[in-house]
Amino acid sequence: MNDEPLSETTVDSGATAPPRVRIDVASEQTRTTGATLFSLRQVAVDYGDFRAVNDITLDVPSNEITALIGPSGCGKTTVLRCLNRMNDLIESARVHGSILYHGVDLYGPHIDPVEVRRRMGMVFQKPNPFPKSIYDNIAFGPKIAGVKGNLDDVVEESLRRAALWEEVKDKLRESAYALSGGQQQRLCIARAIATNPDVVLMDEPCSALDPIATLRIEELMIELKTRYTIVIVTHNMQQAARVSDRTAFFTVDVKEDGQRTGVLVEYGDTGMIFTKPDDPRTEDYITGRFG
Amino acid sequence: MNAAAMRTAPDSVARALTTRRRDFKGTLFTVVLLGSLVVAMAILGTLLFTVISGSLPVWRSRGVGEFVGSQMSADPEVAGIWQAFYGSLLLMVFTAVIALPTGIAAAIYLEEYASDTRFTRIVNANIRNLAGVPSIVYGLLGLALFVKLLGGITGPEVHGRSVIAGGLTLGLLVLPIVIITTAEALRAVPTSIREGAVGVGATPWQTIRHHVLPVAAPGVLTGTILSLGRAFGEAAPLLLVGGITTFFSTGDSNLIETLQGRFSAMPVLVFSWSRLPQEGFRALTAALIVVMLIVLLLINGTAIFLRNRFEKGVRT
Repeated sequence: MNDEPLSETTVDSGATAPPRVRIDVASEQTRTTGATLFSLRQVAVDYGDFRAVNDITLDVPSNEITALIGPSGCGKTTVLRCLNRMNDLIESARVHGSILYHGVDLYGPHIDPVEVRRRMGMVFQKPNPFPKSIYDNIAFGPKIAGVKGNLDDVVEESLRRAALWEEVKDKLRESAYALSGGQQQRLCIARAIATNPDVVLMDEPCSALDPIATLRIEELMIELKTRYTIVIVTHNMQQAARVSDRTAFFTVDVKEDGQRTGVLVEYGDTGMIFTKPDDPRTEDYITGRFG
Repeated sequence: MNAAAMRTAPDSVARALTTRRRDFKGTLFTVVLLGSLVVAMAILGTLLFTVISGSLPVWRSRGVGEFVGSQMSADPEVAGIWQAFYGSLLLMVFTAVIALPTGIAAAIYLEEYASDTRFTRIVNANIRNLAGVPSIVYGLLGLALFVKLLGGITGPEVHGRSVIAGGLTLGLLVLPIVIITTAEALRAVPTSIREGAVGVGATPWQTIRHHVLPVAAPGVLTGTILSLGRAFGEAAPLLLVGGITTFFSTGDSNLIETLQGRFSAMPVLVFSWSRLPQEGFRALTAALIVVMLIVLLLINGTAIFLRNRFEKGVRT
């Protein structure tokens, strides 16, 4: 019973109450895990007449890193953007099936997408800081969420968690554009966690970065998962293998009429997916024999 | 040719690398392009030279201040452009106050809020068409609407031939241009910035207010100021709604009285003066055109200055 999604009343109180507490023997550190945060059931997404992904069913546990991998056009980014209703920005997009977050249907009739996005930070493929100061980049989220008064502490805390504070603490008023690509992406992570979300969604966050910056972001993700649930889309299979706890492998299903639809092939523990995949398509992909 | 052969035969390499083929088409094309540029610059140069040299007698005998500051008159010895100069500035300000907020707001709605339906596409296409409508048509509209129909409000003392009627007509004229340039500036704002704002939980209005508008502002400003420059040079619509070119008093009146009063404008005065038979008005017309060119340069210069300033502000 403990694995049941949280009831709606718990969500309304704003708490991310741990339904099951497990003592992690290795680190002797208490952390909540195992609870289902997102629950996707037969999710399909249409862009106009085009079905981008079909029949996605998977559960994302909290405080773990879940990686969505697969070839280009397999719909992994589409699925990620459904989780915080980012697809609402695309007018022709339609989402079918149900996506539950703490047991609440995100596409229910009275759900405010703005409130949904405040609880879920998002990091994009290309670092996209606002053309403003470093400070203002972080402070914007809390400010519009109604946090009053001095935001210095929030800015410092967010930058510290994103492992950027030491590098920028003396130039908070300078333009975010003056930072390097890797620093900009960590700034975007700091911005994403400044509103104190419980999920961080990452859409290929390292694809525009060099290997050293990538490594820093990966280390950061592993640190962050104690506080946040992370869902990451990545092209880089080594990255998925290095950082994620669970992996969902998507592929493109080509119909006779040429329609290309993304489907979920396999979902499970990252170790299993990379060593003993059930589906031959997964094996072909991770061993590099794909297409 | 492989590396070994190159070392043994430097002469043959030099020959191979030397140009043998003349690129006749390319050369011809360059000449045509250059020629077009020369023709365009020559026409502009001739125009400027004629106007400026024609205006020299006025500057010599009367000076800039006296010419601009004198009242309009039928006597070329004393005629100045004060009412027209003042009237043009007044019209510009009134047009800007009317057309810029309306046009910018309409563009924000069309670009950021309106969903992409058949109706909005029709509206968009028609705004583009309106921008191409000849200004004289706007003049006729202004005459029918602001002078005849609403004359009691726009200018009760002057049969509707007032600053308000002129300004509203020019406002209609520039409105489509303001909407189009603003919409283009908004469209040029990178999606990544919008996504960043929406991603941290900004509402559509917060996204627009804090991120889209600041980034689009330089483009919006430049476009709208340049559109005012177009309104500044229009004579036809103002002739129809009653811009006058003979003496009238700008007297002591409050703002409402001024706006409801009669008006003149520099392009209208150019039209009127250039048809007068007296020799003296030729130099006056040339001098008036020079003043107009200077004002236009100032307007465009302001647009460039503001854009540079804003862009710096956004980047740092």
